Amino acid sequence: MNFSEVFKQSNQLCRVSPDGKYLATCVQYRLVVRDVNTLQILHLYTCLDQIVHMEWSSDSLFILCAMYKRGLVQVWSLEQPDWYCKIDEGSIGLVSSRWSPDGRHILNTTEFHLRVTVWSLCTKAVSYIKYPKACQKGIDFSRDGCYMALAERRDCRDYVSVFVCDDWHLLRHFETETQDLAGVEWSPNGCVLAVWDSCLEYKVLLYSLDGRLLSTFSAYEWSLGIKSLAWSPSSQFLAIGSYDEKVRILNHITWKKVTEFDHPATINNTKAVVYKEVERKPVVGSPDLSIQQHITMGSTLFNTQSKYEICPLPVQVPVVKPDLDRANPKVGVSSMAFSSDNRYLATKNDSMACVVWVWDMQRLGLLAVLEQTSAVRCFQWDPRRPRLALCTGNAKLYLWSPAGCVSVQVPAEGGFQVQSVTWHCSGDSLILLGKEQLCLCYMEVGEEEDDIK
Amino acid sequence: MGDWWTTATIEPSIENHEISSISRMRMSPSRHHNNLPTMHSSAMTLSKSSYNVLSAFCTEENVPQCTSYINQEMDSLGFSSACIEASSPEGSWGLNTVPALNMMYELLQMHRRSQRSLQEQETEQLKSSSALEHLQITNSRLKDQLELYKREKSGLLETERQLQLKNKTLQNSLKTEKDEVQKLQSIIASRASQYSHDAKRKERESTKLKERLNQLLVDKRDKKLAIDVLSYLGRADGKRSQWKTGKVEARHEGEMYKSLLSDYEGRQRALMLENVELKKVLQQMKREMVSILSPRKSCSRGDRAEDSLERASSDREEVGDCSKETLDQSCDHARDQSCEHAREQLTNSIRQQWRRLKSHMEKLDSQASLVQQSQQCAGKELVPRQIHEEEMERMRLEVQQCKDFIQTQQQLLQQQLNSPCYDDETAALLNDCYTLEEKERLKEEWRLFDEQRRNFERERHNFTDAAIRLGHEKKAFEEDRALWLKNQFLNMTTFVDHKRHSTSETPRALSVSSEPEMRIPSTPAMLTKSRTYTAFSTPKAASDAGMPSTADLYRTLCLIPDRSSSSVGSSKQGRWQESNTIHSREDTPVRSKHRHGDGDCCSIFSLGSEENRLN
Repeated sequence: MNFSEVFKQSNQLCRVSPDGKYLATCVQYRLVVRDVNTLQILHLYTCLDQIVHMEWSSDSLFILCAMYKRGLVQVWSLEQPDWYCKIDEGSIGLVSSRWSPDGRHILNTTEFHLRVTVWSLCTKAVSYIKYPKACQKGIDFSRDGCYMALAERRDCRDYVSVFVCDDWHLLRHFETETQDLAGVEWSPNGCVLAVWDSCLEYKVLLYSLDGRLLSTFSAYEWSLGIKSLAWSPSSQFLAIGSYDEKVRILNHITWKKVTEFDHPATINNTKAVVYKEVERKPVVGSPDLSIQQHITMGSTLFNTQSKYEICPLPVQVPVVKPDLDRANPKVGVSSMAFSSDNRYLATKNDSMACVVWVWDMQRLGLLAVLEQTSAVRCFQWDPRRPRLALCTGNAKLYLWSPAGCVSVQVPAEGGFQVQSVTWHCSGDSLILLGKEQLCLCYMEVGEEEDDIK
Repeated sequence: MGDWWTTATIEPSIENHEISSISRMRMSPSRHHNNLPTMHSSAMTLSKSSYNVLSAFCTEENVPQCTSYINQEMDSLGFSSACIEASSPEGSWGLNTVPALNMMYELLQMHRRSQRSLQEQETEQLKSSSALEHLQITNSRLKDQLELYKREKSGLLETERQLQLKNKTLQNSLKTEKDEVQKLQSIIASRASQYSHDAKRKERESTKLKERLNQLLVDKRDKKLAIDVLSYLGRADGKRSQWKTGKVEARHEGEMYKSLLSDYEGRQRALMLENVELKKVLQQMKREMVSILSPRKSCSRGDRAEDSLERASSDREEVGDCSKETLDQSCDHARDQSCEHAREQLTNSIRQQWRRLKSHMEKLDSQASLVQQSQQCAGKELVPRQIHEEEMERMRLEVQQCKDFIQTQQQLLQQQLNSPCYDDETAALLNDCYTLEEKERLKEEWRLFDEQRRNFERERHNFTDAAIRLGHEKKAFEEDRALWLKNQFLNMTTFVDHKRHSTSETPRALSVSSEPEMRIPSTPAMLTKSRTYTAFSTPKAASDAGMPSTADLYRTLCLIPDRSSSSVGSSKQGRWQESNTIHSREDTPVRSKHRHGDGDCCSIFSLGSEENRLN
């Protein structure tokens, strides 16, 4: 495992192009595009203000930089560095900007969710979509880029509009049976749209592409409901994480619950392996530590070493009791992710912030539990292999695979603390983002089995 | 009573007649009967003294008056007045004795009766008074109780009243609480409806505002709202954009349905594959079931099974063919039918087979149980096993018993060690039950003891013989001495000389005999033996010193073990010792002769006692 040198970045803006060739980072108001392999700077663009949002177009030819405070969006071309595009939303304001899947349109959401403006880079045409709903996930594009689902709110009722992204033709428009719609999400095959209600009511509605209601699922009533939702890449399973600290898995044929995964404070599932991160402080005054070692170790001297230990069952997981009287209590399954091969599901329960749970989707049971020393910030699956990377806001990177678990010290100077991790689309490298820096981590393809003990 | 006394004292001074009338008044029987017990008792005491008075009542002079008076009295009492009569009213005054005696007797009888009845009544009265007292006490007690109960009752009533009051207040509060709850619920409901209403209103307002804002923005023609592009780009797919027409719309619809359809088809295919897999599994299951069941089945059954199997397999083929066919509607329908058909058949046959397998299994189960039972009942192989088991059980029991025994022994040992038992018998008992070895040893010892005792008995016998002989000898010696003294006396010329001689001689003899006595307590046994030997060599000294030193002698001979040491020894030893001393007291005169044998015996004995002590 190798690490690149550290680069600067701001606002955690660092994206790899969809084709995996370029790495774009933002430093204040500058946009830097590098070659992923050589890390040489290819282009340098200067925007009008500090960049708040940045996004690659789907064809990796354009980069969108949004400056929300100014209501500005600037687009840069990789092929033609001289080409420019500047979209000014004017006094109406801007809260969100994104590419359409074709990479030739930009969708801007104005302040107060007044409307969604669709700017075309091909023609002068500007389209407006009124009544977008301000919610958790109001817009979703299908995986193939054909359709867009948009949550709307009219006359105190929720609607979903399905657009054809090609020409923004409104394909379907239907009312949903929700009190307060919280989000919409396409299944990866683009045929089923999952719509869920706000946390006040546990309700998931499944709509076909043509607007038919396929099924409704509600696990319980009178309690805080859904917190997160995730489709498996095969569209076979829909995982619903809720405030009752459970994940329910629905199947794609009957849309009934297949199983539910509990997140107990005491783990006594004999089929699960519990990895516990154990920290070891390096002994500073030990005689075997020569001066040379001191120099080579450098900054890591002040960092603690850590390793994983397999705990004998049963294991008591640290639980932080949430304050249930306050809004958005820190309890319930807030993030879930399926591995690319559909085999594993990683979840995190907010009341056990230090723990990541890995579930086996073939066996439909708990497979592994990673208990970290500090709260897990972010976890992501390798897009190619069943490999999970996670970080906890310290100078270490953690990897899990079915073979085992490993913690890697990031040998960067100056207290590099990993805030989030992103996989390169090839799965060969990882981008580690610190507060103001970033660093690339290269997986040695041939030796990865040795690294993961 | 006081009055009576006064009359009695006064009586001698007053005339007889008057007195008699007074006494009559006083002494009337009816009056007497009515007296209280206390009065009566005093009357009884009075009767003696009154006799003296009565004797004064009849004097030499007034005999006729007295008799007449008596007669009158008797008449009034209902006796025949003729009974007592003066034989001659005047002059010669005498009593007709027989009737008078009869009268007296009757009077006495009456008196006794009355006394008895009086006594009875007295006791009865006592009884009744005590009963009355008792009743009074119980009455008072009951009254107290009644009071108490009344008080209690009033208290209870009070508490009940209080509780009722409390209950009432609680009920009231409950009612108010319920009302409160209802009110709150209604408030909540109204609030909820109000909230939703407000929310809707606000939302409408906000949408209106948004609308307005939008309108304003549109009207204002925001100059800034613009896109500044260097040059427009071509579409990503390279095509030109199309006009929005109905055709396009239809195309979109078509595309959508196509994608949906393809998705469904894909899913169906997957399901088909799964179905086929499941069917295969079912088939295999069936085949295996058939193969399991068929060897024992009759031919016809097997044929049937084969038949069904063949049919099912043909169905499967059919299904497979179908799946390979192109996917058009009609074919779909046909396949569905065939699928259903095949499924029905398959499931039916599987069910049948399963039933058969189940029954077979049940039969096997019952057979197995039957076989087990029969084996248990009559199997010859099992008999020795049973015996063996019994034996094992017995042995286990024995082992357990032995263990228990050992444990109790250990406990006893511990007990003994912890608290040395001074009771000889219990100690012996404990020793007995301590171990078998101990018992054996004890028995051995007992045997030894017996032997010793026999020896001693023999020895004692010898002693008695010797004592008798010694007695004879002593007699002879006394006689000799008397003779010798007589001779001496006769030989002496002067009395003084003889006297001095005799006095000087006796102290010498005494001093010789007292010497060993003085030494015995201070010197060791062996030494004293030799000394005593020398000392006892003169028979005269032995006779003199014998009486006081018997115990000492026995001590020296170890016949009497020390008190301290004997205390640990067995009780039998003690008893034996006692008997020994008794015997030896009898034998005191003869001890010098048998000292040697004695010593031997004692040494053996002391050894034994030492052993005893050790044990």
